[in-house]
Amino acid sequence: MARLTFVGGIHPYDGKDLSKDKPIREVLPKGDLVYPLSQHIGAPATPIVKKGDRVLTGQKIAEAAGFVSAPIYATVSGTVKAIEPRRVVTGDNVMSIVIENDGLYEEVAWPEVKPFEELTREEKINLIKEAGIVGMGGAGFPTFIKLSPKEPEKIDYVIVNCAECEPYLTSDYRKMLEEPEKLISGLKVSLSLFENARGILAVEDNKPDCIELLKKLTKDETKITVKALKTKYPQGSERQLIYATTGRAINCDKLPADAGCVVNNVDTVIAIHNAVIEGRPLMHRIVTVTGDAIADPLNFKVRIGTNYHELVDEAGGFKEQPVKIISGGPMMGFGIFDLDVPTTKTSSALLCLTKDDVSEMEPSACINCGKCVEVCPGRVVPRKLADYAEHYDEEAFVKNNGMECCECGCCSFVCPAKRPLTQVIKSMRKMQLAKRKKK
Amino acid sequence: MSDLMKVSSNPHIRSKVTTSSIMLAVVIALLPATGFGIYNFGLDALILILVTVASAVLTEYLYEKIMHKPVTIGDFSAVVTGLLLALNLPSTAPWWIGVIGGVFAILVVKMLFGGLGQNFMNPALGARCFLLISYTSIMCNFQTDTYTGATPLAALKAGENVNILDMVVGRTAGTIGETSMIAIVIGACFLILLGVIDLRIPGSYIVSFVIFITLFGGHGFDSAFISAHLAGGGLMLGAFFMATDYVTRPVTKKGQYVYGIFLGILTGIFRLFGPSAEGVSYAIIIGNLIVPLFEKVTLPKAFGRGGEKA
Repeated sequence: MARLTFVGGIHPYDGKDLSKDKPIREVLPKGDLVYPLSQHIGAPATPIVKKGDRVLTGQKIAEAAGFVSAPIYATVSGTVKAIEPRRVVTGDNVMSIVIENDGLYEEVAWPEVKPFEELTREEKINLIKEAGIVGMGGAGFPTFIKLSPKEPEKIDYVIVNCAECEPYLTSDYRKMLEEPEKLISGLKVSLSLFENARGILAVEDNKPDCIELLKKLTKDETKITVKALKTKYPQGSERQLIYATTGRAINCDKLPADAGCVVNNVDTVIAIHNAVIEGRPLMHRIVTVTGDAIADPLNFKVRIGTNYHELVDEAGGFKEQPVKIISGGPMMGFGIFDLDVPTTKTSSALLCLTKDDVSEMEPSACINCGKCVEVCPGRVVPRKLADYAEHYDEEAFVKNNGMECCECGCCSFVCPAKRPLTQVIKSMRKMQLAKRKKK
Repeated sequence: MSDLMKVSSNPHIRSKVTTSSIMLAVVIALLPATGFGIYNFGLDALILILVTVASAVLTEYLYEKIMHKPVTIGDFSAVVTGLLLALNLPSTAPWWIGVIGGVFAILVVKMLFGGLGQNFMNPALGARCFLLISYTSIMCNFQTDTYTGATPLAALKAGENVNILDMVVGRTAGTIGETSMIAIVIGACFLILLGVIDLRIPGSYIVSFVIFITLFGGHGFDSAFISAHLAGGGLMLGAFFMATDYVTRPVTKKGQYVYGIFLGILTGIFRLFGPSAEGVSYAIIIGNLIVPLFEKVTLPKAFGRGGEKA
C-alpha cells in the first residue's frame, strides 16, 4: 500500500533527537504567572478577579466573552498582582492577569465528576467549553465549537493529529508514549459525540514506537484505527492530514466538518479526557525546550502562565549564546526578541538556535526554478503570488488562488534565491482577510 | 541576555541549496561535453571556450559596475551562459565570435531586460541565433583537419548514410559541445540525480520529436533514421541543458509538458521541412517567447479546488 500522504512538502533537518528520549518533567513556577486574556482565536476573555484577590490553583480567573472565546484558569495559588498589558510571543502587548505565586499550590475543591455514561452530549460539550480547551497545536481555536458542528450525524471521522511534523518538536511524541491511555480515552469521549464517526490516530512513520504502542492499545477498539503517515512537512497541516487519512480534499473556504471530519491535536485530546473524565480544566501543557543553544534539551509539563525564562533555566540555561529564539517550531513559530513572555495554551516549544539561516542568506533574484511550485502543498504558484503581493496586485493575487496558501513556509524554505516568499504572501493574505472582515 | 536577538517571519530555517550551487552543478554537468569537445576539436576549441566564458562574465561584471548595481558574477549564471554558448559554436570560429556572442548574450539578452531571472529568452541561444544570422558562413563552417565532411544531419538530409556509433560517441563534425550524445547524457544524469532538472521537459521534447519524425519523416518507424536524428545535431544538448533553463521555461508542471511537446514538434518541422538541417536553437527560442501563454493556461488547480473554478 502506498504510504498515506499529500502532494508537495519538504524534508528539513528534524532535530528531534535532541529531546525525543527525554521523559516529560514537571516544572514548578517560581516567579509571577502571566495569563494573557487572548490566548485563543476569538474574543479576549473577561477577567472575573481583581487586583488583590487571593486565587487558588484551578480557580477560574477569566470568563469566555462571547461564543468564540475561552475561559482561563489560575494554575497556581497566590494573589492577583495586576491586570495590565504584558508582552506575548508575537511581540504584542496583550491585557493579562498577573498572579504572584505563593508557592503553596493550594487547590480549589474540585467539582464532583459525573460518571461518563450518565453525561448527555450537551453536558460533555459544556465540560469541554468550561475547561477552556482550545486547539493546542498552535491555532488556539476553541475546541467545543469544533465538536459541535451543525449536523453532528454527518461527521464520519474524528482524527487525532499525532503527526508532529514540525522539526525539533517532541512534546506530542512524549505524550503519546507516556499517556497513551488518556489519549485514547479523550478520543473515545470525542467519538461519543458523533454517532456515525470512526476515530483515526494519524502518526508520522518516523515514530514507529508510538504507532506500535497505539496499535496494541486499540486492538480491541472497533471504532479506532491507527494510521501511519509518510514523514514529511507539513503532514500535520489540517487540510493535508484530512486528505492523507481520508482522501477528502477541502479548500480554504471550507471547514473540516464540510468533509465530515473533526481534527484535534494530541495535547487537546488529552485535555478533553482531563476535562470530561477527571473534571480538571486546562492548566498544563507540554513544552519542548530545545535547540543547539540549550544545555539540556527537555520536554516539560508546564503550568500555563509560566515565564519562558524559567523554562530556559530549568533546561540548564544556554550553553552557547543563542542568535535566534523561536516560540514554536522553526517552520511556523514566532521569532521572539525577549524571553520575558508567558507560556500560553498554544506554546508548543521554545527553540533556541545559535545560527539564523534567514539573516545569513541574502535574498537574490528569482531564477524561476519552480521548486516552490513543486513543494507547495496548496498547489499554488508561490513565485507568482509573491510577485503580485510585492506589487500589491490584489486582483491577480486572489485570482491566482493566493488565499489558498496555508503559510506552511515550504516555499521560503526551499527557495535557492532565499526569497521571503511566505512572508510576503502571508502579509497580503492578512490584508485580504482584514478587508473581508470589514465587509 | 542583553544581546539582540534576530527576529523574522516564519519559516526560520532554509535549505542549503542556493542559486550558485545550482549554477555550479550545471557547469559541472557540462564538463563531460566540454572535455569531449576539447579532445575532439583540439586547442582551438579550448581557446574559444575560455574566450567566450571570460567575455560573458566580464560583460556582466562591467555592466553592473557601470550601472552601480550589486555584482552578481558569483552566482555562476554568466559562466553557464558563456559555456553553453561556446558549446554551440563551431571550433573553427575565430576568437572574436566568442567575444561578440558573450557580450550579446549577457548585455542584450540578459542585462538589458533586468538581469538574472528577467530575460525572456535563453541568453546563450539568443546569442547563437544572432551569430547564426549575422555570420552565417563562419557559424556553419564545420570543416576541421579531422572532419572534412558535412555534419551528420546535413548528410542525412542529403540522403547519405551516416555512422550512428560515431554520432553517439561524438566523433563527427559539429559544434564544440553537441557532438557527443554520451557525454551530454552523463552530464544530464548528474543533474537529474541532484534534482536540478527533471525529465518533464527533455522527456516530452524527445518523445514528441520522435513521434513527429516517425509520422512525417517519410521513413516510417526506421530506427536508424530516428537514432541518427536523436544523436545528431543539438537535440540532446538543447533538450537537457537549454530547454530546461529555469528562467525561460514554464514554471507549472503541466506547462512544462506542453512546452516540451511544442518544442518537439517545432524541431521536427524545422529539421524535416526547413531549409537548414538543424532547428533546435530556433525551436527553443520560439518556445521561450510563448512561455507566458503556456503558464497562463496551465495554472494548477489549488488543493481542494478539484475541477471547479473558484
